[in-house]
Amino acid sequence: MKKAITMEVNGASCEVEVEPWRTLLDVVREELDLTGAKLGCDIQVCGACTLLVDGKPVSACSVLAVDADGRKVTTVEGLADGDRLHPLQESFMKFGALQCGYCTSGFLLTAKAMLDENPHPDDEQIKSYMGGSFCRCGCYQEIMQAIRGVAQG
Amino acid sequence: MAISERPLSAQDGQRLDYQAKLTGRAAYLADMKMAGVCEGAILRSPVAHAWIRYVDASEALKVPGVVAVYTKDDVVQGTGIEPYYGPVFKDQTIVAVDKVRHVGDPVAAVAAETREAAEEAANLIVVEYEDLPPVMDVRDSVKEDATLVHETVRIPEHGFADLAELKPIENTNVCTHFKLRKGDIEQGFAECAHVFEDTFILPTTQHVALEPHGCIAAFQPDGRVNLWSTTQNPFVVRTQLANIFKMPVSKIRIMVPYLGGGYGSKVYPKIEPLTMALAQKAKRPVRILLSREEVFYTVTKHAAFIRMKTGVRADGSFHAREAEVFLDTGAFAEIGPRVAKKSAYTAAGPYKFKHVKIDAKSVYTNKPPAGAFRGFGVSQSAWASESQTDIIAKALGRDPYELRMQNIYDEGDEFVTGEKLWSIGVKGCLEKVAQEMKWGEPMPAPDDPSKVRGRGLAALIKATITPSISCAAIKLNEDGSVNVFTSTVEMGQGSDTAMAAIVADTLGIPLEQVSVLGVDTDVVPYDLTTSSSRSTFHMGKALELASLDLCEQLRRFVSEEHGVPFEETRMEGGRVLFRENALTIREVLFNHFGMQGGTLVGRGEVKTSTVDPETGDKTTSSFWFVGAGGSEVEIDKDTGRLRVLKHATAVDVGRVITPLGCQQQLVGGAITGLGQALFEQMVWDNGILVNPNLVDYVLPALGDMPDEITPIAVEVPHKNGPFGAKGIGETSLIPVAPSIANAVDDAVGVRINDLPVTAEKIFLGMLDKS
Repeated sequence: MKKAITMEVNGASCEVEVEPWRTLLDVVREELDLTGAKLGCDIQVCGACTLLVDGKPVSACSVLAVDADGRKVTTVEGLADGDRLHPLQESFMKFGALQCGYCTSGFLLTAKAMLDENPHPDDEQIKSYMGGSFCRCGCYQEIMQAIRGVAQG
Repeated sequence: MAISERPLSAQDGQRLDYQAKLTGRAAYLADMKMAGVCEGAILRSPVAHAWIRYVDASEALKVPGVVAVYTKDDVVQGTGIEPYYGPVFKDQTIVAVDKVRHVGDPVAAVAAETREAAEEAANLIVVEYEDLPPVMDVRDSVKEDATLVHETVRIPEHGFADLAELKPIENTNVCTHFKLRKGDIEQGFAECAHVFEDTFILPTTQHVALEPHGCIAAFQPDGRVNLWSTTQNPFVVRTQLANIFKMPVSKIRIMVPYLGGGYGSKVYPKIEPLTMALAQKAKRPVRILLSREEVFYTVTKHAAFIRMKTGVRADGSFHAREAEVFLDTGAFAEIGPRVAKKSAYTAAGPYKFKHVKIDAKSVYTNKPPAGAFRGFGVSQSAWASESQTDIIAKALGRDPYELRMQNIYDEGDEFVTGEKLWSIGVKGCLEKVAQEMKWGEPMPAPDDPSKVRGRGLAALIKATITPSISCAAIKLNEDGSVNVFTSTVEMGQGSDTAMAAIVADTLGIPLEQVSVLGVDTDVVPYDLTTSSSRSTFHMGKALELASLDLCEQLRRFVSEEHGVPFEETRMEGGRVLFRENALTIREVLFNHFGMQGGTLVGRGEVKTSTVDPETGDKTTSSFWFVGAGGSEVEIDKDTGRLRVLKHATAVDVGRVITPLGCQQQLVGGAITGLGQALFEQMVWDNGILVNPNLVDYVLPALGDMPDEITPIAVEVPHKNGPFGAKGIGETSLIPVAPSIANAVDDAVGVRINDLPVTAEKIFLGMLDKS
């Protein structure tokens, strides 16, 4: 019933045996103990579960783990370089782009994917790319500032 | 623009929770692991109103991995528990016993080795219902022939002091009826040159904290129970659990990790009673994590229907206000009676009416229970009051800002209850907002000729929960660092940082020397609740007092050990000063204990009362929230499409404690208000909730933001707040919706009386006019 899959998670190769119906979010959280990504809506709308698969943001609540076999997965735990925070993490801290923090992992990873594609997006491009994540505490203004801060280098 | 020019000295703008939250290492409830835990699943009612004829769980028990099934038989005949509970009235049961009262009402629950097995088993439980007609609107529910949601309602022996006079009205669906009277309303209207009557409607909405509710319950071999829960008020939940399970509170330990948002959705018992009951029956730890859909069935914001009649004298002074506020509290009272009461207090707005007659009713319907929601009843009454203020201004040809300023409260004015208002910077807030919105200046023409712009204002006053209690303790360690013991729940509002800053500033030590312990009811002293925007004022003050208690103990040691009169010692910059000497905290402790070791405990408590201890006057609220908001909108004349270009929000914060936290609360509250104003509503069809998901229930996203939301902190200090600070969590939300509706009217002359303000309503309004 279970299927062995191999993923490169935050730069390290890992092999897990998973049931074919389990989601990537479930496996990353439960099997790999990487709980930074959260379950929010379960239907690919809120962005809290966002992970990067081969550098592209996906809603891990709606991706089967077996479909990530052989791919590179990045989670929020993989963003910092040891004790050195990623520039986006630094900028989120500086501008106060979070309150409860439940959406933060999704925002950070989505912003990373955007900046990897386009290092200098304008405001409209940021709003469009980041439109799939909700921040219910209402930090959108600070999130814009934080992303601009990195995008404008 | 900095929100404050004079933050506390311990404030460097950093939040204590950021490192963990930014790196994915902050532990929320769903991130916890526990050996041997069973997963729980809940079977919920598919119908809005029905008698339960029988529940048959025999097939569920056969599912491999099932450990226990909990049904009404367990509630009634089970383990000697008290079947009925609820924070105000005992109208809730752990699972439905005789009736289901809303779609999603829990009917049974299963504990199993896996979530899949629990869900499969729950779906195999057979329930036979005998349908009853559902009542889905307060206007139907209060009719004489309406089907009763509750045949009887049980009153608890020890209820909340502020709600003691409120009782359900027998043989009706009226849960409570609160009356507020001032002057003579009929005489008041007779003295007026103009009388206005309007009705206003708000739909049911949901908080949508991104983290759904969750709970883990684990009984210990000695009969004690540990719970981890997503609760904003662990001590209230502990009391309720103690009553249900007939246990002393000392045996119920509730721990609260970081919450992924609350906004009122996580106060009072939610799934804790069911999780604990299931764990008791399963004799295993049980974890229940709600799905997004289940959250919509767990708690909502009160829908409202409001009739408002206002008399204005020839000179424009507000004279008589009559209002009937119907708040839809859903299937259970929950905290609805207090929501209605708070709504009543502010139904006359922040204005000096001479004659007031308010009737606020919380009304049962067959919707999920409505409870606390950021704004707590005031969003509802302010929607009516602030919309009508502009209706009046327009009819009288008055400027809405000038009309408000003519009637607004000032220091020492008399409130509708007869008490005097102090520390009440609402006038300053309105002034600042008007300036920021360039009120009175001509509106710049939009680039696109098919669009038109307008501006609108709104102001508010709101009470905080009174009486209430906050107790706190601080442990001073041998090296001069401190551990802070507080039950204020960090749910995103930045309370850990604010509390630490208050302690650090009072003791005169760096912020890095302060650690805030998480909430654990076995360890931290009692606090009523993290809600009602009360924590900075109450818990912050308790911590200031606890810090001062430590200062006094240190000074006493120095006084005794050095033979200096106590009055000649003082504490400054983390040192005890006497004569020409200065001793560090560490040195004082070393001298006192004779070695590197020992602990001092500082204690502080704040208890507020409905009677002012100094003057004997009535005090409805230990302090008042006041503020104002302004919106500028642009409307497409062809489609009615609305965009909010700018919003400014001014809040009387008393004193800024943490500038970043203050900015986040003011702007964040406004964004929640934006969702309530423009998008959010739960929609029913024949008792069924049509949109319990985040595709069909629309939340504001980044692209919906105005170009600018400007937070303005007005600082009118309060004598009882720490450093003069007051609460700030809810104020900025409340003026958003009416300021937008007023701006829409300013732009296109269309008045929207029912929320949300949608393009469709604006379009139809424009069509009507042409």
